[in-house]
Amino acid sequence: MTSSTLTSGKILNWRLPRADGGLLLRTAALLALPATGILVFLLLWSVSARNIDTSLGTFPGPVAVWEQFGALYSEHQRSREKEAAFYERQRERNARRVAEDPGYEPKIRDYTGKETFIDQIRTSLVTVMSGFLLAALIAVPLGIAIGLSPALNAACNPIIQVFKPVSPLAWLPLVTMVVSALYATPDPMIAKSFINSMITVTLCCLWPMVINTAVGVASIDRDLLNVSKVLRLPALKHVRRIVLPASVPMIFTGMRLSLGVAWMVLIAAEMLAQNPGLGKFVWDEFQNGSSDSLARIMAAVLVIGFIGFLLDRCMLQLQRFFSWDKEITTH
Amino acid sequence: MNTLLDISQVGMQFPTPNGPFTALRDINLKIRQGEFVSLIGHSGCGKSTVLNIVAGLHQASSGGVILDGREVTEPGPERAVVFQNHSLLPWLTAYENVELAVSQVFGRKMSRSAIREWIDHNLELVHMAHAAHKRPGEISGGMKQRVGIARALAMQPKVLLMDEPFGALDALTRAHMQDSLMEIQADLKNTVIMITHDVDEAVLLSDRIVMMTNGPAATIGEVLDVELERPRHRLDLAGDSHYNHYRARVLKFLHERHDKVGADPALGRAAVAPGESARACTRDTGEVVDAA
Repeated sequence: MTSSTLTSGKILNWRLPRADGGLLLRTAALLALPATGILVFLLLWSVSARNIDTSLGTFPGPVAVWEQFGALYSEHQRSREKEAAFYERQRERNARRVAEDPGYEPKIRDYTGKETFIDQIRTSLVTVMSGFLLAALIAVPLGIAIGLSPALNAACNPIIQVFKPVSPLAWLPLVTMVVSALYATPDPMIAKSFINSMITVTLCCLWPMVINTAVGVASIDRDLLNVSKVLRLPALKHVRRIVLPASVPMIFTGMRLSLGVAWMVLIAAEMLAQNPGLGKFVWDEFQNGSSDSLARIMAAVLVIGFIGFLLDRCMLQLQRFFSWDKEITTH
Repeated sequence: MNTLLDISQVGMQFPTPNGPFTALRDINLKIRQGEFVSLIGHSGCGKSTVLNIVAGLHQASSGGVILDGREVTEPGPERAVVFQNHSLLPWLTAYENVELAVSQVFGRKMSRSAIREWIDHNLELVHMAHAAHKRPGEISGGMKQRVGIARALAMQPKVLLMDEPFGALDALTRAHMQDSLMEIQADLKNTVIMITHDVDEAVLLSDRIVMMTNGPAATIGEVLDVELERPRHRLDLAGDSHYNHYRARVLKFLHERHDKVGADPALGRAAVAPGESARACTRDTGEVVDAA
């Protein structure tokens, strides 16, 4: 659809709001503008990409990146086939050994192939969600306590204000050392690198969530608090029936903010610490320096952006679902 | 005469940078069981403070309130409050708002089916049964106020405290609400203290009208017994000479005598330096006097 049909469609729609097909035109207009935007972007990208020469070849255009998406996916499938074949071989070998010698204790070894792009996406997603949930578990109760008690607020405020502007990446070396020192089991159930990344995400999410929750709790309508007083609600019921629902919109605002930042920070942390995830994928490709590397990094960039967008949409849907204030932000 | 509520020698002072500000002094009022009392006076001069002290939401600086032989020290459901802006919990339906109050007050004494019936009954009473499962955001201002009244009535309070309950409503809705309130009152014989600054409302609804002087150091200026027969009908009363006489008395007080009655310059003026709070309180008066 071109821009001229779009305009006429809009005018038609304006003049004949009840005409049949009005909805169709409106939907078309709704889709046409973003589609136009994307087309223009792709055009600009491919034109300018052709004119940028790097030491790793021409900057990848949309087509090269698209090809890499295919390549990355087939690599993943090949890796999965290899893995299946590895376990199949191991199973057969063990079965043979047991048949020969019934006393033999079969050894099961894990497949140690390189993580594929899809694996890295999954790792990053799991990391960001666990770090985020851990932060929520700490931040929401803490924020409620701070919002309810001016004394606690006065006590915590300076610490929060100082730590809030610190990039979680600055914490990363400290987190790494502390985790190494404290989490020293010979056979760790959870990888240290995962814990490092997760704590970095948690540190990043903590402050916006604490602050928004505390502000939400502290700004509850006085009349609602008076209702609770007149009813003599016990403390716990007061928090559960009045405080928590009243501050849900603010709590979710804090969560959305922090999840967005957490996703950005996680990628950087993975690059910096060489922890598994999309950040490591980008860094490895950069170090690899093959002729495909830039296209693969560009593919990763697009995926990172798309996942970030999806995470934000999910949070918005959750916010709408849990919040009584339905007129809350729409974008 | 059985006094249910005894407000005696209540005074209220707020600390300010320029020394203590006396908002109220020497409030003495005895209210009988089943009586409907209005507090009337100009805006911002302590009517709400009196109500909040009775509710237990504020603590009087001097004097005290005794309800049914017990001193009031904290808020409680036997002194249910209907707030000016309904103050329903926006995330609960009308039914659930009433339910929160009922289950808190009677949860231990009533069975679940009895609770359900009692909630329905109270919503019926304010003609809100049809919208029981709507949230406050989905109903009009008058309807919200009805639910607020249902919630307060459902607590079976010894005194029902109403802080300008109809102040935020349009004239027609307000008239409907006043009629509803009179019906309920005739039925349940509640003891009610209502704050208003609407003269017609005060005369129409009240057994007694307590007129308050302007602050600072506001106190009760005059108490008017309204001996009109019940049930009262606003249209019949419009031409009634007694009704108009009461109306004139209140108007006259508000426009002429509000500053002089019980004024004790040594007490009232000396307590407050010409500061912010004193100005805020007389602002409205100035306008009314000008208009008259």
